[in-house]
Amino acid sequence: MIEHSLQAIARALANREISSVELTQHYLDRIDRHNPRLNAYLSVDAASSLAQASAADAQLAKGEGGPLTGIPIAHKDIFCAKGWLTTCGSRMLSNFVSPYDAAVISRFKAAGAVMLGKTNMDEFAMGSSNETSFFGPVNNPWDTSRVPGGSSGGSAAAVAARLTPAATGTDTGGSIRQPAALCNLTGLKPTYGVVSRYGMIAFASSLDQAGPLGRSAADCATLLNVMAGFDERDSTSLDRTPEDYSRELAVTTNAKPLAGLRIGLPEQFFGEGCSPEVMQLVESAITEYRKLGAETVTISLPSMTLSVAAYYVIAPAEASSNLARFDGVRYGYRAPEYQDLNELYCRSRAQGFGAEVKRRILIGTYVLSHGYYDAYYLQAQRIRRLIANDFTRAFQQCDVIVGPTSPSTAFKLGEKASDPVQMYLSDIYTIAVNLAGLPGISIPCGFAGGLPAGLQLIGDYFTEARLLNVAHRYQQANPWHLQRPTGFDD
Amino acid sequence: MKEWEVVIGIETHAQLSTQSKIFSGSSTAFGAAPNLQANAVDIALPGVLPVLNRVAVDCAIRFGLAVDAEIAARSVFARKNYFYPDLPKGYQISQYELPVVLGGELKIHVGDIEKTVHLTRAHLEEDAGKSLHEQSGHHFQGRSGIDLNRAGTPLLEIVTEPDMRSAAEAVAYARALHALLRWIGICDGNMQEGSFRCDANVSVRRVGQAQLGTRREIKNLNSFRFMQQAIEYEVQWQIATLEDGGCIEQATVLFDPGSGETRAMRTKEDAHDYRYFPDPDLLPLLIDRQWVEQIRTQMPELPTARRERLVAEYGLSPYDAKVLTASLELATYYEATVATAGRSNAKACANWVTVELAARLNKEDHEVGGSPVSARQLGELVARIADGTISTNIARKVFDALWNGDADSADEIIAKQGWHQITDHDALETLIDEVLAGNPGMVTEFRAGKEKAFNALVGQAMKATRGQANPQRVSDLLRKKLA
Repeated sequence: MIEHSLQAIARALANREISSVELTQHYLDRIDRHNPRLNAYLSVDAASSLAQASAADAQLAKGEGGPLTGIPIAHKDIFCAKGWLTTCGSRMLSNFVSPYDAAVISRFKAAGAVMLGKTNMDEFAMGSSNETSFFGPVNNPWDTSRVPGGSSGGSAAAVAARLTPAATGTDTGGSIRQPAALCNLTGLKPTYGVVSRYGMIAFASSLDQAGPLGRSAADCATLLNVMAGFDERDSTSLDRTPEDYSRELAVTTNAKPLAGLRIGLPEQFFGEGCSPEVMQLVESAITEYRKLGAETVTISLPSMTLSVAAYYVIAPAEASSNLARFDGVRYGYRAPEYQDLNELYCRSRAQGFGAEVKRRILIGTYVLSHGYYDAYYLQAQRIRRLIANDFTRAFQQCDVIVGPTSPSTAFKLGEKASDPVQMYLSDIYTIAVNLAGLPGISIPCGFAGGLPAGLQLIGDYFTEARLLNVAHRYQQANPWHLQRPTGFDD
Repeated sequence: MKEWEVVIGIETHAQLSTQSKIFSGSSTAFGAAPNLQANAVDIALPGVLPVLNRVAVDCAIRFGLAVDAEIAARSVFARKNYFYPDLPKGYQISQYELPVVLGGELKIHVGDIEKTVHLTRAHLEEDAGKSLHEQSGHHFQGRSGIDLNRAGTPLLEIVTEPDMRSAAEAVAYARALHALLRWIGICDGNMQEGSFRCDANVSVRRVGQAQLGTRREIKNLNSFRFMQQAIEYEVQWQIATLEDGGCIEQATVLFDPGSGETRAMRTKEDAHDYRYFPDPDLLPLLIDRQWVEQIRTQMPELPTARRERLVAEYGLSPYDAKVLTASLELATYYEATVATAGRSNAKACANWVTVELAARLNKEDHEVGGSPVSARQLGELVARIADGTISTNIARKVFDALWNGDADSADEIIAKQGWHQITDHDALETLIDEVLAGNPGMVTEFRAGKEKAFNALVGQAMKATRGQANPQRVSDLLRKKLA
């Protein structure tokens, strides 16, 4: 069953070959056995999950239910879920039980999915290795001495080790795509505004976007169908006609299913900065795409080289303000001892936040300060516009942009933890996509030294269905995504 | 040495009369138990997002149209970052670089002088909650309580140019603004509940000096009297300080009504760096022509236009017109009175509304909207004076009866009480013959040339009819009989 696609699981549930309770119990058992080695889950509530499974079974028995009814799904601990601890990977929220459901949680509930648990993450989604979590790092199932990527590292490790059929993540600068690449998964960051941010704890509001982490493009399409949709509670949510993101995935016998597709190869993605073994796998994948009928064209994204710098002004600026509400006054962590209000603030925040979060709050506070705002924040916003313009120009020459997701395969735990700039460069290929608000997907494209590498596909605004199809055609011909790590069979 | 000139600019926080908060669906009603009107957005739970209440924008547009300002086609909500327990998000959402209303002006009157105060801008923002420290009715064991009911209440902050030159002008502006906001229905103006709060920026300079003096900002003036006192004190203090050779340091000060003094709260050195930046959770506020025009169609006739029309249409004095346009309710009441009494009685209606009714409302602490005597009732009463049915003195008694709810109309009361003036010629003649026969002394005195005796005879006749005789007719008849 752990090899089944979401579609196959749904079929098995509908045909009563297996019950949702059995399926859920199966995953709960796997979590019990394997999670201690991975630390992928922060909260599991068997009774609650099984109750949801039982309700799903009752629905299925009546012949009702949708594509996710009775299927267990794990959620990144950034999504508020009523009655669940919602920690965001931080000591600051280590005691916070949410009184309400995030939009993403509500939509999965409405689709009949079973909530299997909350997954580990970098603290407040700030990190690329899952090492900044207050609850300890997550280990990569492909090599437990290595990181799974971040910030959605718990979700990625859980799906990779088959401790859940699929999971949700969020992506502010690559936090879905980079862990997907490092764990041999398919991870999609939708166009900004496609998935409601309501109830998703904010890191950088203008960049944050939720998306699915799954084993295949087809699974991600199924998940996005549930997640996407207008929400009047989020002013940046886009009011668009709903679409079926699986609509282009139908079976075809065409030997060249991607004939006519123009793939753009940005020169900035193929210069220095990427490890040779990852680059080789990316080149091979491009060759495969040509075999599927696509043509390639070299493009240029000249401002992309500024994206990391711009990102590390804008994201911390927004974060410094977004995280001001964690003050120890109304909920969350409060220092045990303080003499006055100022001490309450200082100690609660000093003790409640980890080093990376503090670093970004300090950077953000600095760049918004009087006398620096123009030089940093406004300048970064200008670069952001230039980057978006680069992409707009590029999409006149091509339909999809292709390159590496991450410059390397999974690195060792602790390897970059003491060097923030090296860590920030792990997102060098993904950050520009968030700055422009575009959709991007990472798909498995082979292994180097036993470790998976990811291929990133970037589309124009609202072309998720096409991106998923382009990913899907590759996966039909090159089933790297079906490989899974050893040691998690039982 | 040249005289001092006072320079004042006013910032007003007007709470907008919306049902729900500016970025959440919670009620804005005043007076609920602490924190009962604070939802997930108001208490800033993790993950919640603001959604703009369009009614608050309607209010801002109304204001912009009322002061002939520019309504910005695009304005931006920013975050003003600072830590305080009654500010749940750690930032206040407020418009900063791009406000919704630009410019505009308001006419004020000090004595007979009319003056124009220019507005700099007006912008939308959310209010903070309240910190409750040890005070009567609250026991927090040395701690402070936080009430977030007010957090997120929509405010329109209205900023003037430094156009006012005295405490009296500042108060006249505040009163005019207060009346206007109520007139256009966007603020209830309740100063006790904090719906209308003013900050005054005060500086002094030598007459003729071009450069402005250093200003101090008096915060949170919540009554016109305090505003007057605070500014007067502050001006004297600044002048005295400068004349003693001292200098003014830019500061925020509070007015203590007990001592009548202002006291520095913080100086420029400890001014916050609010780190304003555009709120990424909210899109820029776009207001198209259509939205503005739609609000324009809903605008009431404004006080100045109403005043001019009352003078032109009803022949009122500018003074009466001004008094009658103190509020929309009063102006509406007045015109409804005239509609009943008839346009020829417009002046009499004005007198009744501004004198008798106003005094009674004031005495019994009623708003005109809650007057026990309706405009129709008063209009009928005025009509009965005009057609000679009753005298003005009787009319006051009828008014009292209407006020007490004795009957629904003046006619009913007049009939019930038999208060019709005696105008019947024969009845009056008989009456006067009786008065002359009963007061021969007075008649003799009158014939001897004492005019006073005539008045005494009229008085006797009126007394005999319990005031119901028409005094003019009584007088005419008496003259005839005594001739």
